[in-house]
Amino acid sequence: MRSAAFVEARTERVEARPDHQRWIDYPLRGATFCLVELQKLRHDRTEVFTRAVQPVLWLVIFGETFNKLHAIPTGHVPYIDFLAPGIIAQSGLFVAIFYGIQIIWERDSGVLTKLLVTPTPRSALIFGKSFAAGIRALTQVCVVLVLAAILGVALSANPLAILGSFLAVMLGAGFFSCVSMTVAGVVLKRDRLMGIGQLITMPLFFASNALYPVKVMPGWLQGLSTVNPMSYEVDALRGMLIGSHAHLGEDFLVLVAALAVGVVVSSALVGRLAQ
Amino acid sequence: MTTETCPAGTAVPGVARSVAVACRGLRHRFGNHVAVDGIDLTIERGTVFGLLGPNGAGKTTTIRILNTLLKPQEGVVEVLGYDVRRFAFSIRRRLGYVPQQLSIETSLTGRENVSWFARLFDVPRRERKLRVAEALEVMGLSDAADRLAGTYSGGMIRRLELAQALVNRPELLLLDEPTIGLDPVARDSVWRRVEELRGATGMTVLVTTHYMEEAEALCDRVALMHLGTIRAEGTPESLKAALGPGATLEDVFRHFTGAVLDDDTERKGGLREIRSVRRSAN
Repeated sequence: MRSAAFVEARTERVEARPDHQRWIDYPLRGATFCLVELQKLRHDRTEVFTRAVQPVLWLVIFGETFNKLHAIPTGHVPYIDFLAPGIIAQSGLFVAIFYGIQIIWERDSGVLTKLLVTPTPRSALIFGKSFAAGIRALTQVCVVLVLAAILGVALSANPLAILGSFLAVMLGAGFFSCVSMTVAGVVLKRDRLMGIGQLITMPLFFASNALYPVKVMPGWLQGLSTVNPMSYEVDALRGMLIGSHAHLGEDFLVLVAALAVGVVVSSALVGRLAQ
Repeated sequence: MTTETCPAGTAVPGVARSVAVACRGLRHRFGNHVAVDGIDLTIERGTVFGLLGPNGAGKTTTIRILNTLLKPQEGVVEVLGYDVRRFAFSIRRRLGYVPQQLSIETSLTGRENVSWFARLFDVPRRERKLRVAEALEVMGLSDAADRLAGTYSGGMIRRLELAQALVNRPELLLLDEPTIGLDPVARDSVWRRVEELRGATGMTVLVTTHYMEEAEALCDRVALMHLGTIRAEGTPESLKAALGPGATLEDVFRHFTGAVLDDDTERKGGLREIRSVRRSAN
């Protein structure tokens, strides 16, 4: 029954093609969902502050402690400088990985049904939402950036580097929101999504280069880190914000590809939410 | 109404341009359950058409096929001259839809809710502000427009949803149980505004309801639906007249569905359910 519905959702998407091939939908819907996200944030700002607590703890307690211990070999870079880009990526990850809750909420409230009856292709809907998740993550990242500067992290003042890091955060958060919306399309229930979100956040964070250099990891963890888009996001952020050696071309390529795959997979599943 | 021509090859043979909805042999099943069992339906442009029946009659499934949310499994379905299978987006641009469930974004204001849908319907930027204000005005929400929608009453939410559905100036408005769960005053207010709107714009309205008295007062034509099939169709007057003097639409419904009333139909959605009011899930 469930798989039949899934097949049906997919055929509908393909059938909708003949009268609809507009690339402009993607930037337009991206802007629309982003605006709605910011409007919601304007009406209730508390989340910006509550979500700032965790990165503060990581930077102030974990970061400062390990900065003094010199337990993690980060070369000539102070540990707190090494950590800051990782915590920036993490704060984006935490916003994005639970973003699917919104789409389940919209499903339960009936808003999703109405969204799916607007002239919005499903992939543009998902792209729009992942873009909005990226913007939402960015508001969080700005808080962490200010905090890192206060703690004396030697951040780059190059405007291009800052913009580039914003882009990396948006791509990363966009991808993780697609992961979340994909899980939402599979489990269909808020509680289950919460559980799975909790389950995957920590492995994504720890099996990346956010806290320690890849070189100190055991081989199997290095393997996981290589297939974890989080590592590429952190690598790019480190390269641009604290000037460490990075593979920017490869990083952005992986992030863009991951986002594209995320949008495709997630939009194939969103129909299940509307059954 | 529309000046655009139909895409070639989509027209159902013999269906005139004055027709807003045309279904021929529409059938749809979920697993073993046949929700819509071969219905023929023609709705003329500019009419208020009521699809009546108890819960489980197949009304919502029909609406979800007409609004392109579900792809029909069998039969020919044309909405505003477009085949629903091939031209879903052309239809969506010309459609207003209010689902049964009260569904708005409670953490946005009324105006932001409507503006959101104006953007999703690609209302040009120059017109957007005006069109949003206009839709809110028509639904009597101008004063409350900048309050969070979470503070609205049930009737106001429903009117806000109508404003959302109107912002793209639809040619066809699909209302699925628009007054369910509302108190009589709110119900009256919703209907009065739908009436005004139809008078002012001449748009086609397809409404499902199981309140027979509402349908009787407001619909130009009604179809009585039961267990996935249409049992009778016509103007409320002609249907009542055919049954004899003093008959109500409720009697007509009993007459047509009672003809096949057995244990099975009793269980699956007999007349008793017509009066049961479901609460909307908000």
